[in-house]
Amino acid sequence: MADAKQRIVITGIAGRLGRLLAKRLHRTGTLEIIGIDRRPFEDKPADVVHKRVDIRSKRTRDVFRTQPISALVHLGLMHDPRRSNRTHHQWNVVGTQHLLEYCMHFRVPKVIVVSSTSVYGPRPENPQFLTEDSPLLAAQDDPGALSLVEADMLASSFFWKYREGETVILRPVHILGQVANAASNYLRMDRIPVLMGYDPMMQVIHEADVVEAVCAALEPGVRGIYNVVGPGEVPISVLIREAGRPTFPIPHLAAPFVAKLFWNLGLAPFRGTELNHLRYVCMVDGSRAREELGFRATRTIKEAVHAALDDTY
Amino acid sequence: MTRSERSSIPGWRRFIESRFDREFLQKIQALPTRQNEYGYDPFGFHRDEAIAGIYLAHLMYRYYFRAEVAGVENVPRGRALLISNHSGQLPFDGLVIGASMLFAKDPPRIVRSMIDHFVPTLPYVGATLTRWGQIIGTPENCRHLLNDEEVIVVFPEGARGVSKPFSKRYQLQEFGMGFMRLALETNTPIVPVAVIGAEEQAPCFNIKPLARLMGIPAFPMMPFPPFFPAVPLPTKYRVYFGEAMYFAGDPDQDDEELRPAVTQVRNTIQSMIHLGLKARKHVFW
Repeated sequence: MADAKQRIVITGIAGRLGRLLAKRLHRTGTLEIIGIDRRPFEDKPADVVHKRVDIRSKRTRDVFRTQPISALVHLGLMHDPRRSNRTHHQWNVVGTQHLLEYCMHFRVPKVIVVSSTSVYGPRPENPQFLTEDSPLLAAQDDPGALSLVEADMLASSFFWKYREGETVILRPVHILGQVANAASNYLRMDRIPVLMGYDPMMQVIHEADVVEAVCAALEPGVRGIYNVVGPGEVPISVLIREAGRPTFPIPHLAAPFVAKLFWNLGLAPFRGTELNHLRYVCMVDGSRAREELGFRATRTIKEAVHAALDDTY
Repeated sequence: MTRSERSSIPGWRRFIESRFDREFLQKIQALPTRQNEYGYDPFGFHRDEAIAGIYLAHLMYRYYFRAEVAGVENVPRGRALLISNHSGQLPFDGLVIGASMLFAKDPPRIVRSMIDHFVPTLPYVGATLTRWGQIIGTPENCRHLLNDEEVIVVFPEGARGVSKPFSKRYQLQEFGMGFMRLALETNTPIVPVAVIGAEEQAPCFNIKPLARLMGIPAFPMMPFPPFFPAVPLPTKYRVYFGEAMYFAGDPDQDDEELRPAVTQVRNTIQSMIHLGLKARKHVFW
């Protein structure tokens, strides 16, 4: 990032991670930041450009056409159980495909896609630590993850197709913080549902550490797929105890029905297809990012959990 | 330990800790495993919760199977692969090998054994075994633990061994090759282990048609109540640890080229079994 005035495009900039990343990059002072998001971006730094366009629309192409772009950070993958599978597919698969096409066409030298380790899928057969080469099997049991897996695979094939540029795929573990993702929403529930007799090990990462990982990936010369891990591994019960919330134990055979009932009543932020995350391990080996990106999470598990709860810790 | 710390310990743990002497508990606390600030190692092993498993192993080892152990000093420091015969329908041989590494060895070592893929699907069982230091049997997990200088027990006979009928007792079944590749890849010494006694704990015959019908490797049945091998007979266990064997070579070579080394381990265990059988006077004492 040494050259003067590089232009970085961030999709999903109005989301929590996008805002954190925009502010973090803005602080360096040498970057011009262009955000793409249809949501409003409050407390936006003055010289960050925010294009309120849909990533699926033609106007996104104009961002790439009208000026040379030095990097794309694609944070705008959608995972919202309240939206349909069709919307997810359109947004994650078609949207990502378009973005990658623009990058290839307008020769963007650096493309970073932020996926997640959920694409590997929690399974009883999983080794304790999955490497970046493990197959992406999440959609096998959770059809809701299909578009996320497809988007990740699109990015992986783009990595091979577009060799003159540097493609980086980051797969962070469960991100905790003010982000509105499944893991943080889970810990923010008043009574946290757990499956009786199951307590899988889990990895979490503080949102600010993910931003640091993206910054590390922006360095010239970095390309490849990286699992991004947090400070360590603990059982899910420890996370809940750390959050200080009461639990709501459900027998696992009844869980799909209970989850669906609560979802239909509007009492739970989950559809119930992600239940395997409460049963089986889906942890990753972060040594590649540690060795090649020099990335090490600096926030503790405690800090990550309390960042999700936004208490005064 | 202050009073408030003491009262935060659950009752079952206080009971179990009162059954062990202080010196042993201190050694358990000093077990060389990695753990984070919450007391968990990367595989979910937790010393304080494992004490229940250690107590159960202690009861089975000392009072039920009255195990006699020889040669446990042959297990080297650092990483090691314990290779043993497997039998008895239920894997109590693994439990007793683990117990002998805890109670007969000084300082004690915690043995990580492999559990099958279906175990994590069982509520409570999977979670409990994970806390006690058991791991899902994948090559990646073994590699990871050996590189962390842990001890792993592997039964190369696998299901063929544990479910074999009474008529095949003390006859080693075919060995898998995976353990040898693992040893070569991670440069790990192999310790041959012979377990005498487990092979008589559940005298079963195999109802082959039923096994075929249900698509499982064997359908064991005992000729006396309770018919299903749910509770083992209190046979006397004798566990022999042989001298560590060191192998070198390319872990990716063909099965045929690996076979001599595997056969060497297998023959060592078989002859240790023969010696052990010759030395014992009776199955139950």
